[in-house]
Amino acid sequence: MTAITTVSRRRFLGSSAATAGALVVGFHIPDSPLVSPAAAQGAPGEINAWVMIKPDDTVVVRIARSEMGQGTLTGLAQLVAEELECDWSKVTTEYPTPGQNVARNRVWQNFSTGGSRGIRESNDYVRKGGAAARMMLVKAAADGWGVPLHECTAANGRVLHGASGRSARYGELAGAAAKLAPPTEITLKDPKTWKIAGKPLKRLDTAPKVDGSQVYGMDLRLPGMLNAAIKDCPVFGGKVKSFDAAAVARRPGVKKVVAVGDSAVAVVADTWWHAKTALDALPIQWDEGANAGTSSSDVAQMLKAGLTADEAVAANKVGDVKAALAGAARTIEAVYSYPHQNHACMEVMNATARWTPQRCEVWCPTQNGEAAFAATVEASGLTSAQCDVHKIHLGGGFGRRGMTDYVRQAVAIAKEMPGTPVKLIWSREEDMLHGRYHPITQCRLVAGLDKDNNVSALHMRISGQSILAAVFPQNVRNGLDPVVFQGLNPPGPEASIGYTVPNLLIDHAMRNPPVPPGFWRGVNLNQNTIYLECFIDEIAATTQQDPLALRRKLMSNHPKHLAVLDEVADKVGWDKPAPRGVYRGLAQTMGFGSYVAACAEVSVSDAGELKIHRIVAATDCGHAVNPQQIEAQVEGSFVYGLSAALFQECTLKNGRIEQTNFDSYPVLQMKHMPKVETHIKASGGFWGGVGEPTIAVAAPAVLNAIFAATGKRVRQLPLKDQSLKRA
Amino acid sequence: MARLNVNGKDRNFDAEPTTPLLWVLREQLGLTGTKYGCGIAQCGACTVHIDGQPIRSCMRPVSTVMASQKVVTIEGLAPNASHPLQKAWVELDVPQCGFCQSGMLMAAAALLKKKPAPSDGDIDEAMTNICRCGTYNRVRAAIHLAAKSDKA
Repeated sequence: MTAITTVSRRRFLGSSAATAGALVVGFHIPDSPLVSPAAAQGAPGEINAWVMIKPDDTVVVRIARSEMGQGTLTGLAQLVAEELECDWSKVTTEYPTPGQNVARNRVWQNFSTGGSRGIRESNDYVRKGGAAARMMLVKAAADGWGVPLHECTAANGRVLHGASGRSARYGELAGAAAKLAPPTEITLKDPKTWKIAGKPLKRLDTAPKVDGSQVYGMDLRLPGMLNAAIKDCPVFGGKVKSFDAAAVARRPGVKKVVAVGDSAVAVVADTWWHAKTALDALPIQWDEGANAGTSSSDVAQMLKAGLTADEAVAANKVGDVKAALAGAARTIEAVYSYPHQNHACMEVMNATARWTPQRCEVWCPTQNGEAAFAATVEASGLTSAQCDVHKIHLGGGFGRRGMTDYVRQAVAIAKEMPGTPVKLIWSREEDMLHGRYHPITQCRLVAGLDKDNNVSALHMRISGQSILAAVFPQNVRNGLDPVVFQGLNPPGPEASIGYTVPNLLIDHAMRNPPVPPGFWRGVNLNQNTIYLECFIDEIAATTQQDPLALRRKLMSNHPKHLAVLDEVADKVGWDKPAPRGVYRGLAQTMGFGSYVAACAEVSVSDAGELKIHRIVAATDCGHAVNPQQIEAQVEGSFVYGLSAALFQECTLKNGRIEQTNFDSYPVLQMKHMPKVETHIKASGGFWGGVGEPTIAVAAPAVLNAIFAATGKRVRQLPLKDQSLKRA
Repeated sequence: MARLNVNGKDRNFDAEPTTPLLWVLREQLGLTGTKYGCGIAQCGACTVHIDGQPIRSCMRPVSTVMASQKVVTIEGLAPNASHPLQKAWVELDVPQCGFCQSGMLMAAAALLKKKPAPSDGDIDEAMTNICRCGTYNRVRAAIHLAAKSDKA
């Protein structure tokens, strides 16, 4: 009964390059053959990889990125449809599989959906896919009619020949168009002329989400399927010593108890409830390993030492900070910290796998279909041609589902039950205890001021965890993890700091506690923006300057950063007093390619009770593909960011996470939610992301407003552990 | 064999009496619109109605639900998604990932039955469901919209 399998824990890492601040999910498919074009046959009606048109004019747009609620599926379809000149009401979507992508020599390019890159990274080639298909449809019509190409135009799913008044539907032309050679020169539309993209269209995926028919990974049902529940060693780095499978063998529905790797045990049963309750009853002895004595206070000490360590790696250096601080008329110093946090997707981790010695298929909600595919290939012990992954809508991702741990587990379990599909679902407790946590850091900031209170020097020392060191160590070069510096980079198109200080040093002392880190929606931009924006506020308060005026002075060389801040100040009415008892706080940042700012209006009762009344936010994402979905993302970002700021911390005790469910890891609820006013200031000329950047301004805007209300400077989160009672 | 009345139909099923109603709905009756989110009645993703009352099915042993009681899940809220709330949800593009929305809709439907024109305070009190994507403001707007359209 107790079959012990050893599943390789070797990480699946590839050579993908790290760009500053980007979420890079690398993978490598070991035996992926470069497939000859002959093997890359598309479906009937396929004009090219992105566009398929059926005889009834239905347009199927292929979406390589994952939809997890952020609206990318609709936005990408809008971009393709815009160039295709099709009838939007005829547009549907489908996901190609990663296996098909490999077989067709990565014709859909990257599947990874993180770092707010879904649209900003792929907009060019998906639009070209739509434009190429349109050009082929027009040529097919012109050829058929025997008229010059330039006399034909495309609009709303038809090709027209003005001179003769002839027209043909795309559905009639698709067959002929598919046989044509793709165009070599493609000119994309000027976004100013967009009719489908840039408009606040409804999402394409709403209907099944209001009647229960949307199938998430957890809902999948396959013929003959069994269910599995899993328990990994609660102490990070620990292992399974032994377990007594016989003790649960006779429980209802139990089929098998399996070891998964050297650290986890799973029970396979007819239903998940049977599997879960049997697992709860299963006696397991753990070898807790080297981390069993580690707790949060040890981690805090370890990070604290990094704040003043001699050795650190600098990513932004201007002038001579040391000398400037030594010569400053006065200095201001503060230390901030940011905790570990779990993504806590509403849908817990899950994956379904079916394995035979010849074939392995996985169905899973994933942010990176190709990484899930690579994990499947490796865990299955088969070739890439024998494997595939079917992506399913995600019940939230937030970065967690870019990882493949749960996919590997599902395949390992399925290997124990050849031929039988097994659906692995984690319990919420398992999900809380085995996250890939928001990295923990502390930050010491020291500012030097001249006699006129100008900021002459700023040193930001970040001490703490590196995601890349844990996840993609090959992307840490000379000890520098660029992700750590999100929002603090020198001027440039990505995650750049919005202030000019003549002597500036931003450096990182890497300290990696034994808690696995991951990309958590907003990533390091979240804490970096708290550190910098709250400290700027501290400088303003100490020198008795208006927080907006001080920022404006330091931001004169950063017009795009300043424009969104000015927008917020204007819309909130910064120059007029807030309602009685209500106080304001500002924050701005730049990350994931976009510029964002927010002003929070809060009140704090005498008892120290916080109420957030209103948040005014502005975003410059360059091109705005769907304004009403950008608004939804901005609003959602405040929920995610304020949940984190108000309530969320994962603490470590004896090597394990203490928070096991939503009772100990609360989430913002409706009653806490302020009004949010979103102003989209899309200035054009670039493509910024919208799923993440606003999260970073949520906490500092509120913290600065709390200071305005109470005179209390909160430098440690979550707020629920801090007294806001006036001193 | 035990019996439940779900979405107007008597359904037979086979499960231990302590099995939560949630897992009977999902695994025995194939009604997967009702979601597992926490298992401890904190998140509301598993909200269904029993005789019109919203309950969190993840902690409700199935043996405590009488065959005479009417269980309604998201699949049975209204034919063809025609409930005013479902229409308002579509009108305002409320869902993001959508995973919590079945529970949100069931909680909101129970609220509207009790209070056809709820105040913001009523909504705050009744809607304690958790959403991680952050749809709260659109949920609130859609409840108000449905309340208005139901009256009209």
